[in-house]
Amino acid sequence: MMNFTPAYPEIFLLLAIAAILLIDMFLSDSKRVVTHYLSLFALVVTALLTMSDLGSGTSEYTFNNMFLSDPMSNMLKLFSYLAVAMTLVYSRQYSTDRGILGGELGGEFYVLALFSLLGQMVMISGNNVLIIYLGLELMSLALYALVALRRNNVGSTEAAMKYFVLGALASGFLLYGISMLYGATGTLDLSEIARISSSVTANKTILVFAIVFIVSGLAFKLGAAPFHMWVPDVYQGSPTAVTLLLGAAPKLAAFAICFRLLVEGLFTLAVDWQQMLIVLSVLSMAVGNIVALAQTNLKRMLAYSTISHMGFMLLGFVSGVSNGHVDLNVAASAYASSMFYVITYVITTLGTFGMILLLSRNGFEAEQIDDLKGLSKRSPWFALVMLMLMFSLAGIPPLMGFYAKFSVLQAVLGTGQVWLAVVAVLFSLIGAFYYLRVVKVMWFDEPADDNKIVAGAEMRLVLSLNGLAVIALGVVPESLMNACLVAITKTLAS
Amino acid sequence: MMQSTSILLSLAIWLPIAFGIFVIAVGNDENPGLVRIISLIGAVASFLVTLPLSTGFDNAAHGMQFVEHASWIARFNVNYFLGIDGISLWLVILTAFISIIVVVAGWVVIEKRVAQYMGSFLILSGLMIGVFCALDGLLFYVFFEATLIPMYIIIGIWGGANRVYASFKFFLYTLMGSLLTLVAIIYLYSLSKSFSILDWHQLPLTLHQQILIFLAFLAAFAVKVPMWPVHTWLPDAHVEAPTGGSVVLAAIMLKLGAYGFLRFSLPIAPDASHYLSGFIITLSLIAVIYIGLVALVQTDMKKLVAYSSIAHMGFVTLGFFMFNDMSVQGGLVQMISHGFVSGAMFLCIGVLYDRVHSRQIVDYGGVVNTMPKFAAFFVLFSMANCGLPATSGFVGEFMVIIGAVKFNFWIGLLAATALIFGAAYSLWMVKRVVFGAVVHQHVKELVDLSSREFLMLAVLAIAVLAMGLYPEPFTAAMQTSVTDLLAHVAKTKINAF
Repeated sequence: MMNFTPAYPEIFLLLAIAAILLIDMFLSDSKRVVTHYLSLFALVVTALLTMSDLGSGTSEYTFNNMFLSDPMSNMLKLFSYLAVAMTLVYSRQYSTDRGILGGELGGEFYVLALFSLLGQMVMISGNNVLIIYLGLELMSLALYALVALRRNNVGSTEAAMKYFVLGALASGFLLYGISMLYGATGTLDLSEIARISSSVTANKTILVFAIVFIVSGLAFKLGAAPFHMWVPDVYQGSPTAVTLLLGAAPKLAAFAICFRLLVEGLFTLAVDWQQMLIVLSVLSMAVGNIVALAQTNLKRMLAYSTISHMGFMLLGFVSGVSNGHVDLNVAASAYASSMFYVITYVITTLGTFGMILLLSRNGFEAEQIDDLKGLSKRSPWFALVMLMLMFSLAGIPPLMGFYAKFSVLQAVLGTGQVWLAVVAVLFSLIGAFYYLRVVKVMWFDEPADDNKIVAGAEMRLVLSLNGLAVIALGVVPESLMNACLVAITKTLAS
Repeated sequence: MMQSTSILLSLAIWLPIAFGIFVIAVGNDENPGLVRIISLIGAVASFLVTLPLSTGFDNAAHGMQFVEHASWIARFNVNYFLGIDGISLWLVILTAFISIIVVVAGWVVIEKRVAQYMGSFLILSGLMIGVFCALDGLLFYVFFEATLIPMYIIIGIWGGANRVYASFKFFLYTLMGSLLTLVAIIYLYSLSKSFSILDWHQLPLTLHQQILIFLAFLAAFAVKVPMWPVHTWLPDAHVEAPTGGSVVLAAIMLKLGAYGFLRFSLPIAPDASHYLSGFIITLSLIAVIYIGLVALVQTDMKKLVAYSSIAHMGFVTLGFFMFNDMSVQGGLVQMISHGFVSGAMFLCIGVLYDRVHSRQIVDYGGVVNTMPKFAAFFVLFSMANCGLPATSGFVGEFMVIIGAVKFNFWIGLLAATALIFGAAYSLWMVKRVVFGAVVHQHVKELVDLSSREFLMLAVLAIAVLAMGLYPEPFTAAMQTSVTDLLAHVAKTKINAF
């Protein structure tokens, strides 16, 4: 009898999605709120199932070692649930206004969002390159459909097309790399790959080629330069609700597969992939921060900001091994700083896109930076929340984003790469300008329109909590930082 | 010594911040009166909690006093570690004192978004006190950077016509310097596995390391002081900021940089400090002389005082890098004195601006005829600004010049010559603004000081005169700390391996 315990959350979520899909068929548009709360309920139960596994702190394998549940996967999954749940809350009004939740396909938004989450969970928990690939495709297919959900909107259709073509290309890259990996090691199991690639008989040439393709594929998925071209168009073209779905939780899954493939699978070749990641990282910070300066569209600006943040996050990955010297504590600390960075990024991004969703109303997308003009007069509280989010993205203390930058820089300097740290901070100085501009528009300019902000209590509450979390985790960042470190350390040790 | 025995410093930091948050949370433009009263209570209460620091301070004791120590981020050995010595004591009290003045100065002048204005200043005040008290490198950095947020808002919302430009310049300039400092702080951690500034003081470093660290700190502190040639943000920020913002900038924010030299650069990198002292002294002398000349030709009063601030801060850094008791103490006294005097000068200009809405010198002339009380204060503060004996301005400059002569006669001579420029620009401005014939109609219609304005200027005047006549309490508190610091700086760290 196989032990299914590690996969309970995934199994439950799959059943729940099927149930929601069926139930939704019998609901009229006016009752769609039932689907909404059923989805949230399913997420809560999934979270409880994941949490019940949290205490063990060990890695459990199932399905012939193809699937595992370890402390890192549990933590990343919990934040993914949180991200998706918050996205659903933020986007309900917006999607209802735009007919995304109406008509025959109304319930699909929820089902697809949950399917993409399921894909992410499989990615996070895969211990076999094909399982990871399957998870990636499940997530991507759901997201392609979500981007195209507004079939009559030219922008959405264009974004979906771009996303699909480039996403398929990236998947191809990844698959090609995986096939080389299989050729060199004769296995798809990550633990086996790690064992064989570290033996002296392994063919390093093929492995390095495999790494090139895998890193390119991962860079596509992360949106790191020079594989970032799709990010601005897709972020801008998608309905904001969908932008949030593909901008927040998938980053956690992308972090997970980077960790699984590069660190767990190919740790012995760390020196090789670190060099590639340094190039990607510096390029991403340069392109992201400099091009963002010129943007007037808030979503597009945030897309470039994402690129720069992914570049910064990769800095943690390049600090695991220095001078070929492997110290598991140093490595764990470095990867944990990346994990903390990506979680910080997700929490902050949820808030900023939540703000765009809050300010949007029927027939008006608050997606130009100028649409925030004078927000501090229209709603001082939400202007303050947005101010904190912006300063957090810019990495100003005492907000959460600062500690993310700090822990990554600490990892970088710990390996003696002073120049890399200096480059990183100089690019974040450039980046500070465009975040400041958003604050300026909100606080220093006069309002362009006096429309009241229409939003439900649920959304206001969650968005306020989101903003408060950014400052609270800035004042006391220790617990989350430590949780990341413990998760990574245990995962590395097993 | 490391036990938590007192919560006074925490109170001094968090009380104004708590009041600031409270004011922003409850206040709106329908009840400005209430907001002002709560803010005043907050500022006065915050000042009162700093007084026991002065009375309880042991002048003879070595090391830090009122120490608080609690774990903050154990993984990186970051602690909530506070303490003050003779160097920071008066800066803490000065900060709390200036906050009261700022609240009073904005009393009726600020009409829009009163709660946000008062709240920003109270929060800013708490953060700046935090900078002076922090003994943990990361804690220092957090406070140091966090001050940018309220100041950016203050300049941007309540500033003048060109406020957006000034606020961005202020923010980005300062951020540029402090980001490099962040790298240095983390680098020091990776060497010492500690964030305690006191541990860093004892950390052996090679000259090469020291120079890099010194330059990284210099990037932040030189911008903040500001030293020539990275001073250009200051005139813009001063001119555009509301009166309260200018007062806080000149009186306290500039001191954050100068304080940083004494807390970080000198003791952590003593050999680099000696090695590069010629460089810093040159920059300081350029600031004193060249910026003094620049001040002379200004037509905008606020700009003139802003440039005079840069020149005065040049005296401070000059004093610090001559490494003798007299010059370092002189620099510290000059910091406190400049806090009072420049604050008062900006308040005076604010008083005129509120009435005429112009900062141009040519728009005034003969103000003494219509505002005799104001003129008396303005003349007094200008005299203090150019270092007249019996005012606080004299004590610090005199000590720095004595120290400079001890160090090198020619540097002393140059610095002393610069005093003439100080006198020239201050007195010439007084002559053109206060005296002379009344040529403008609006000057004829000026109303003299209200009791509120009189009160705040009088308090500052008393402070300026008291410090000028009896500087003993200030210097006595500094004596031990400065001597210890210099003894520490005199020892090389290179051979400590």
